[in-house]
Amino acid sequence: MASALINVPERAKRGEIIEIKTLISHTMETGFRRTQLGALIPRDIIRRFVCTYNGTEVFRAELHPAISANPFIVFSTVATESGTLAFHWTGDNGFSVTESAAIIVD
Amino acid sequence: MDRGTSRREFLKAAGGAAAGLGLGSVIAVTPAPATPVEMQEAIRKVVGGAPVTPGKVKLDLPPLIENGNAVPLTVTIDSPMTEAEHVRAVHVFTEKNPQPYVVTFRLGPRAGRAKMTTRVRLADSQNVAAICELSDGSFWSDSAGIVVTLAACLEDGI
Repeated sequence: MASALINVPERAKRGEIIEIKTLISHTMETGFRRTQLGALIPRDIIRRFVCTYNGTEVFRAELHPAISANPFIVFSTVATESGTLAFHWTGDNGFSVTESAAIIVD
Repeated sequence: MDRGTSRREFLKAAGGAAAGLGLGSVIAVTPAPATPVEMQEAIRKVVGGAPVTPGKVKLDLPPLIENGNAVPLTVTIDSPMTEAEHVRAVHVFTEKNPQPYVVTFRLGPRAGRAKMTTRVRLADSQNVAAICELSDGSFWSDSAGIVVTLAACLEDGI
């Protein structure tokens, strides 16, 4: 069970730039490590993170094995209208998590 | 435990350590690290033939970090982020990780501000480069050197 933490302000003024912080639990296994018996541990990472604001994509990140375990991403967006910010992480082995946060824009 | 380290590889790595790279490179025989040349190639793949100019981008990394498994990295770009002039993408590359690619951010005028933060793994003390692509198609870059005392990717798995 993957769990994600999202920090989005509950309210914002129209046109205000808001900062969004996201954290998701994931090992981000690089695919370069070996077990003590010498077998390569297969790669298992999150490949993509997408943030949509009322259905419109506002930010996207393509991740590689060089991203730390439990990927932490901070970015910003303009508060244009009240609605929902949806966050979608997809990765190896069919990993897919969607979270959303509501925002009220005055 | 066979980690595939031959005497020759060991001596090569030890020579690298003698050249001032530190103990880290002796242990880090596998996997083979990317080289500055590979990083340049990776950058070339992203930018095509376009020139990359230093400036506009600010890459923030701590100068020295104890644990290379989670290094805070912030990229800030000097851009008004309007429909006419905004940042399209930001790419981060490293010299000595197993792969030169770290992360690609894609954004647009809806971002409001071109500033993003994440945490990265660094396998060695090295230079990290950030390349940004603006809406007019130009590329700008910044790089930062970092000293890593405990490298990522060294610990064994299960």
